[in-house]
Amino acid sequence: MSLYDIIFYLFAAITILSGFIVVTSKNIVYSAFSLLFTFFGVAGIYVLLGADFIAIVQILVYVGGILILLLFGVMLTNKITNVDIRTGTIHVLPGAVAVGVLMGLLLSAMVWTEWKTQPSETPVTTTVTLGRLLITDYILIFELLGILLLIALIGAASIARREQE
Amino acid sequence: MNITEIIVVSLIKIVLVIVMILVAVIFLVYFERRISAWIQYRIGPNRVGWKGILQTTADVMKLLLKEDIVPSASNKTLHTLAPIIALFVAFSTYAVIPFGPDVTIFGYQVKLMVADVNIGVLYVLALTSLGVYGITFAGYSSGSKYSLLGGIRSSAQMISYEVSMGFSVAGVLLLSESLNPQKIVLAQSGWMWNAILQPIGFITFVVSAFAETNRLPFDLPEAEPELVGGYHTEYSSMKFAGFFLAEYANMIIASAMITTLYLGGWQIPYIDKLGLGVTLTTLLQVGAFFLKVIFLLFFFIWVRWSIPRFRYDQLMSLGWKVMFPLSIINIIWVACLIMIFNL
Amino acid sequence: MVTNYIPIFLVLLAASIFGAAVVFSSRIFGPLRPNKVKIMPYESGKDPIGTTNERISIKYYLVAMLFIVFDIEVIYVYPWAVEFKKLFAQYGLFAFVPMFIFLVVLELGFVYIFMKGGLRWD
Repeated sequence: MSLYDIIFYLFAAITILSGFIVVTSKNIVYSAFSLLFTFFGVAGIYVLLGADFIAIVQILVYVGGILILLLFGVMLTNKITNVDIRTGTIHVLPGAVAVGVLMGLLLSAMVWTEWKTQPSETPVTTTVTLGRLLITDYILIFELLGILLLIALIGAASIARREQE
Repeated sequence: MNITEIIVVSLIKIVLVIVMILVAVIFLVYFERRISAWIQYRIGPNRVGWKGILQTTADVMKLLLKEDIVPSASNKTLHTLAPIIALFVAFSTYAVIPFGPDVTIFGYQVKLMVADVNIGVLYVLALTSLGVYGITFAGYSSGSKYSLLGGIRSSAQMISYEVSMGFSVAGVLLLSESLNPQKIVLAQSGWMWNAILQPIGFITFVVSAFAETNRLPFDLPEAEPELVGGYHTEYSSMKFAGFFLAEYANMIIASAMITTLYLGGWQIPYIDKLGLGVTLTTLLQVGAFFLKVIFLLFFFIWVRWSIPRFRYDQLMSLGWKVMFPLSIINIIWVACLIMIFNL
Repeated sequence: MVTNYIPIFLVLLAASIFGAAVVFSSRIFGPLRPNKVKIMPYESGKDPIGTTNERISIKYYLVAMLFIVFDIEVIYVYPWAVEFKKLFAQYGLFAFVPMFIFLVVLELGFVYIFMKGGLRWD
């Protein structure tokens, strides 16, 4: 096993373990905290794939922004931290069947697909290509994205305005 | 270089830089107290060691032997994790900062930075955004009202100024055409320092750096008269020392980043015209980098005793209504510079 | 290219070990004698009134939302900024206009929030 593999399995283990804690933890703040490691693990795997820009965006947006928003939300809500957030009813049998079917599907896809095995060319830097594509091929999507973000802004403003009235 | 060599070389660099930052923090704290005293016409610490130079070391020893008090109302896990996160951020950001040009030692081509990555600047920004967690968790987990208010104020302040910081950096990228700090430094040869070409971006970045490091005039989160110690009210012993260390290490890293992005990094304008040897030039350039950082650190301390603290509403409106629009104007300004003068 | 990131990985590892070492060193060297009064939450010498489970102002939440939107915006600016000189040489003004529109659209939203008083702290 090469060093590359070891690092991959390390990040994969971090992602899965922390993801498991996110789902099972009773305390919502602990869940948020382990979500941080899930995002980190995914970012690590992106780096291994040669997508450094996406990796850092993963950390900047999800860890630096969305998780902070989540934590603020937890703090905004009265006494949510002491509430046991696990639901009482856990349907073990249907859950197990569903997970089993899904896992079988994914595994069969993994086994039966003919993967490209020749070493792919890792781009030296992905950022430049992204910048070029943004204003050439994907220009319409890029501008629409601006509008989408604008809608998010207006939504935020309307929430804050309701508070003041 | 094979992987073993890379690991060994980077471990040596990491240990060297950590030791360097620790020593720098010890002296920075001492000099901050001496300079504060000098500005306020006091004497300052002068008992421990020659002219009080061992004062910080004595303080660290004292903190090390103090009891680590964990308040009853606190969340013990997060209370312990918060200073670890703060230290983690402060002691991993330096990795991409270039101290000088590439040098050859014992036949090895050695880069004077720990990690030469393509997205170096974004690495710094990403870690800075992680810094918010240390403070939020500290405020949240302590179970004290002062901590909670200080923590939440501080995190809102940090994320607000992170926006203008991010937009200011975009101006630098326009000129350097790279996210790699070493290439950003190389792009600022001669008089083409970013501080001269884009003064607006320089100012917004410096102001944001002050806010990110929670230094006066932006030290609202720990405004003593209203919030006691802010988010570290409930911290004692080495956990407090951890926050303290992280704050000063962040100050050093902020100065190094300002130097790298705007003040030409390790470059001395037109030094190659003097015809000095390679070794001497490199030494001078590394020296220039440290001199610039030291000047900025002095500037940090100087500002602390010159400008009074902002009110919280003033702080937020400065961030959103002044710094943020200015940093966007800066992007357009730099883009126009490129389009008109073909820089 | 991935080998460039091995030092980063080591730095992150070293920094977390260092942080943990600093924080736990007082467990080794310092005493541990807690008592009821000592571990009480600090409230300027008085017994604490109420808990910290109070709601905080929604304005902090608004700031976090604004932050996410502009954080995403700036991430779209970076790749463009890195490539801008070459794009300008190739496409002229059309390299600048799309980004200008993108920035202006979001600034309109910002001005809207500003007008609605969303950023007033009083």
